[in-house]
Amino acid sequence: MGAVWVYAEVTPEGPQAAALELLTKARTLGADVAAVALGPGASEAVAELGAHGATTVYANDEPVFADQPGRAAAHTLHALIGQHRPALILFASTYDARDVAGRLQALTGSTLMANATDVEGPTRARTEIFGGTKVVDVDLAGPEPRLVLVRPRSFVAEPSGGTATTVPVEVVIPGGATASVIERHAEAASGPKLEEANVVIAGGRGLGGPEPFAMLQELATAIGGAAVGASRAAVDAGWVPYSFQIGQTGKTVKPEIYIAAGISGALQHVVGMKGAKRIVAINKDADAPILRIADIAVIGDLFQIVPALTEEVRKRATS
Amino acid sequence: MNITVLAKYVPNPTGTPELGPDNLLVRTGGDGALDPGDEYGLELALQLVEASGGEVTVVSMGPDEAIAGVQRALAMGAHKGVLITDPALRGADALVTARVLAAAIARQPADLVIAGAESTDGYTGTVPVTMAELLGMASVTAVRRLEVDADGFRIERQTESGYDVLRAPVPTLVTVTAGATEPRYPSLKGIMAAKAKPMERLTAADLGVEDLDASQSVAIVTDAPPKAGGEIVSGEDAIGRIADLLAEAKVI
Ligand SMILES: Cc1cc2nc3c(=O)[nH]c(=O)nc-3n(C[C@H](O)[C@H](O)[C@H](O)COP(=O)(O)OP(=O)(O)OC[C@H]3O[C@@H](n4cnc5c(N)ncnc54)[C@H](O)[C@@H]3O)c2cc1C
Ligand SMILES: Nc1ncnc2c1ncn2[C@@H]1O[C@H](COP(=O)(O)O)[C@@H](O)[C@H]1O
Repeated sequence: MGAVWVYAEVTPEGPQAAALELLTKARTLGADVAAVALGPGASEAVAELGAHGATTVYANDEPVFADQPGRAAAHTLHALIGQHRPALILFASTYDARDVAGRLQALTGSTLMANATDVEGPTRARTEIFGGTKVVDVDLAGPEPRLVLVRPRSFVAEPSGGTATTVPVEVVIPGGATASVIERHAEAASGPKLEEANVVIAGGRGLGGPEPFAMLQELATAIGGAAVGASRAAVDAGWVPYSFQIGQTGKTVKPEIYIAAGISGALQHVVGMKGAKRIVAINKDADAPILRIADIAVIGDLFQIVPALTEEVRKRATS
Repeated sequence: MNITVLAKYVPNPTGTPELGPDNLLVRTGGDGALDPGDEYGLELALQLVEASGGEVTVVSMGPDEAIAGVQRALAMGAHKGVLITDPALRGADALVTARVLAAAIARQPADLVIAGAESTDGYTGTVPVTMAELLGMASVTAVRRLEVDADGFRIERQTESGYDVLRAPVPTLVTVTAGATEPRYPSLKGIMAAKAKPMERLTAADLGVEDLDASQSVAIVTDAPPKAGGEIVSGEDAIGRIADLLAEAKVI
């Protein structure tokens, strides 16, 4: 069987967590495992990718991969596929990797499965639909390599202790039209990362405006090591930036405890948080779907419960 | 500026989705709608032509009743509609969909092609870029803002940690995120006017797309194990119970 490749997204700060998760899974599929890392940070990421199961890392540090999202990487990857003929390529479900996989599909004519939650072999992957209420196993056919986009945090990254050989990759970009990045803007973030926090406190439309998010932040600070997130309704309303969004089009979180305040529990929100070990939902509507998946379903007004909880947490911390 | 907007007709976005006996999503039955995720892009297109002239063409691939989605787009203000409907396209996968839609776009080249970042029912999120590659077009995904200037487009793209600004040439394909614009409601006048607007129906064969075989098939569908019911609390008790849970998990 041909190799399994992981398209590993990298930045100068290191490989994305999802790359390490995918390599951990790839190791179990009984084939050679390689990673493809394109863009600034690629060479530096080789050691860590190797330590998670890649025996080969095809790498190139050119900024063009970050500056021309999608197209440069898709064409370079296509040339590399022609040389090495992998059977399967795993990508994380991110905007950038989707651009690469989508364009690559046009070049290879191979199948592309999105939103996978597990990979069972080179021709079979699993997904969950309808908010995770149904599990679907899908057979993948057509020309190799099959392309599978996997939801982040579907697997837990575990080091293999291995090392990888670096194979330099030639940049392949055909002439023609392309879009290029001319500026980058980062929104200031504070506290622990949403994906890594032990406790996530998320606010929804029920907060009614941007100010009550400060109340959630106070609870997060009282707990310590907690992060604040949001539903898409709160993000679309402009109350908090997109980087707070949890769900299908936002982040996937798997904290020890997830506290949802003023969130109804739409399917698209639930897919991003149902992996939490414990779920607490605070909602004044006893029929809100989020209450049905909660371990502790609190029917009440978040404006009373959240501050009282913050008080209680502070009290316990000092006693 | 002439703009093509891709708009999908999806099963009722607020209803309960269902799988048919063939394990395909049930797409008929009449309570479908224009994908709300495509209305942001349509609104952007309408604003651009209102500001600087040109026409908006809406292209959709779907079952017969998808005509209702195209009609809604026409009622919102689009100038022309194209519906690709063909029994052979039932169960089409991402690649087949991209080939068909790319062929439809190629028949009538546009300065800007706008799609949604992902569909509400399939949320693959790759169909637009696959089309861009098939058409040799530049693309920018996850767009939250777009301006036209003398050199083409200035585009803000949503990223994990903020946003990037990109320059893109004419023509370009973009996908827009939810919330990028505030879609208008069709006016009564718009609804009346829609009936007289040009509306074309095509089959896959009309577009010269032949290979329609899907490369994925559903092997097994199972129900996820239901989650055990939690405990329902209210009032004063709630505070103590949540704090206990935090303590049990050793996070406080
Ligand atoms: C393609 C697509 C992708 C999507 N992706 C995402 C995604 O990634 N993430 C996401 O979150 N959503 C996503 N959505 C949107 C999703 O369908 C819902 O619209 C959204 O999650 C609703 O947000 P909400 O729960 O905050 O708002 P609502 O559904 O309006 O719920 C607000 C809740 O607050 C409660 N409430 C109000 N006041 C109080 C109070 N004082 N105390 C307690 N409770 C109160 C109400 O009872 C209600 O249940 C997506 C939708 C589509 C179509
Ligand atoms: N059958 C279709 N008809 C029209 N547009 C579509 C169709 N499928 C996908 N699209 C467009 O592509 C976007 C992304 O879809 P997807 O890749 O399926 O998540 C949608 O928001 C639409 O704009």
